[in-house]
Amino acid sequence: MSVPQTLLQKLWATHEIVAREDGASLLWVDRHLVHEGSHHAFAKLNERGARVAHPELTFGVVDHYAPTRGRDDVTDPKIRRMIDTLKTNAADHGITLFGLNDPRQGIVHVLGPEQGLTLPGLLINCGDSHTSTHGAFGALAFGIGATEVAHVLATQSIWQRQPGSMRITVNGTLGPGVTAKDIALHWIAGLGSDGARGFAIEYAGDAVRALSMEGRMTLCNLSIEGGARFGMVAPDAVTFEYLAGRPFAPEGADWQDACAAWADLRSDPDAQFDREVAIDAADIAPTVTWGITPAQAVPITGAVPQPDSQTEREALDYMHLTPGHPIAGTAVDQVFIGSCTNARIEDLRLAAAVLRGRKAKVPGVVSPGSTLVRLQAEQEGLDKVFTDAGLDWVGAGCSMCVGMNGDIVQPGKRCASSTNRNFRGRQGPGALTHLMSPAMVAAAAVTGTLADVRPLLDGRGA
Amino acid sequence: MSGWTTHTGQAAVLGAANIDTDQLIPARFMSASRAEGYGDYLLHDVRDRYDLKDGDTIIVAGRNFGSGSSREAAVYALADFGIRAVIAPSFGDIFASNAVNNGLLPARVDASDLGRLTGTITVDLDSATLTCGDARIPFELDPIWRLKLIKGWDDIDLTAQHEDDIASFARARRAARPWAWPADKGT
Ligand code: SF4
Repeated sequence: MSVPQTLLQKLWATHEIVAREDGASLLWVDRHLVHEGSHHAFAKLNERGARVAHPELTFGVVDHYAPTRGRDDVTDPKIRRMIDTLKTNAADHGITLFGLNDPRQGIVHVLGPEQGLTLPGLLINCGDSHTSTHGAFGALAFGIGATEVAHVLATQSIWQRQPGSMRITVNGTLGPGVTAKDIALHWIAGLGSDGARGFAIEYAGDAVRALSMEGRMTLCNLSIEGGARFGMVAPDAVTFEYLAGRPFAPEGADWQDACAAWADLRSDPDAQFDREVAIDAADIAPTVTWGITPAQAVPITGAVPQPDSQTEREALDYMHLTPGHPIAGTAVDQVFIGSCTNARIEDLRLAAAVLRGRKAKVPGVVSPGSTLVRLQAEQEGLDKVFTDAGLDWVGAGCSMCVGMNGDIVQPGKRCASSTNRNFRGRQGPGALTHLMSPAMVAAAAVTGTLADVRPLLDGRGA
Repeated sequence: MSGWTTHTGQAAVLGAANIDTDQLIPARFMSASRAEGYGDYLLHDVRDRYDLKDGDTIIVAGRNFGSGSSREAAVYALADFGIRAVIAPSFGDIFASNAVNNGLLPARVDASDLGRLTGTITVDLDSATLTCGDARIPFELDPIWRLKLIKGWDDIDLTAQHEDDIASFARARRAARPWAWPADKGT
């Protein structure tokens, strides 16, 4: 009988071109996604006079610098240059580009799955740490740096050492108003922002199985915030249903073959993991961060903790928070719903369920994860819900997640945000970021404070 | 990139844990081309919090240094400032591989040794030790990375020798799993 294997091992084995004696593997890359930030890698490639080895497997996306307003006439010279450079590189190397005004444009980790470029069983690289998002489909997906991007461009392969395997099993049922974002913040708060460093995480358990693809993507997206470069969920009927008919997904006989191959993409029952973590879904409350790492998080029913290190004292200091005070009730200046973590259609529906018929007490921005999500939301009338509440409904892109396009939180302002990083200055110099689910951001908008969304959802099916 | 084996330099002790990539280089500076130099952007918005002086070539920091983004610009900022080695109990995974790809050493040490690392430090890659005054402190580094730093190897050159393996792998994969290639439906 063969040795039981984990999903990680199966995926690794099917991509290994060369296994070096020193433990490094040369892996085949099925999809390589590039964005404006990949300019360093293209410069390296061009310096060597090298070509993109497989342009048919390489796709470019405008997202990090995408203006969310005034797209037809981009006036900022820096932003124009970044977008034009990607356009030129894509054209020179024969790469398909989802440009600023392409109707399919969006954040790379929203667009890949949406277009069916992301599939189970693939190895997917992108010069972005949240590439772990694509693992939600049972793919081996991980972020890489610019030198590695240049390597993938030139060779369609990547050197990598197999990480340890870690399984996070979430059993039970999530309470109403509790989302994949809360699962993630909950486990990261428990294990620390480097708690899963060196591991590939496989998420399992019935609470994970019960998540939509959107929820699974949110969960895998945040793996890196716990230190893991990879997050994965074994594909199932939910996955196949999401993918069927997507523009770049296989069809006809190829689709049948693919589904047959994907059915095997799961850890064998007796497979051994290097580390196992079990979580009871019932223990998870809507969760918010109080500090400057995603691990510095508490349930919304909790209090700002007493600092137990210099690092925590500095975090509290930066965030202007007092230990012992309830976290709920902290006044916010603005809200943001967006990013590759939480700007898919389901996220917007949930936020809209909270906001419908209510007014926001503070200003805020809602930026859909892609132009297709934007259209879908508008068809469903969600845009009206947001604008009626007083929030700005803008174009798709990374926007205020990282502020590269100029959408920033002003210094000293406190923002309730559906993004993934509350690092010092991430949303703009001096910005005070609290991470939470889009439902919780909507609750913050309605109350003007950090607030438990659950009472606000009463009687509103979301 | 040229390889190196030993380096002696002045250490900046930054202390804090979780010095993330957004602190190392704020996103707004990342559109510059490398030729413009990234040294001025290092810890740009938080420089006053840290004791980092011109001429320092080594950084000693708390755990989880370089956590967060895959932005290699964080390494460019360190390298262009003149930093050759960062010493910490742990590093963000992507940061560490980016560092090695740019000749910058991410040296992992036991947290209990951190306090002894100040002033002038000598790094020796061959023996994987740090010398600081009378103290000799071992550090950990993936053996492949150690070799890459010493030899100054470039992965693209190394991979070139496997060109045929890659080509035959691609052919076999495409034959066995045609679905793994994007369907182009002209949408
Ligand atoms: S939305 Fe934020 S985290 Fe996601 S890719 Fe863009 S900048 Fe990165």
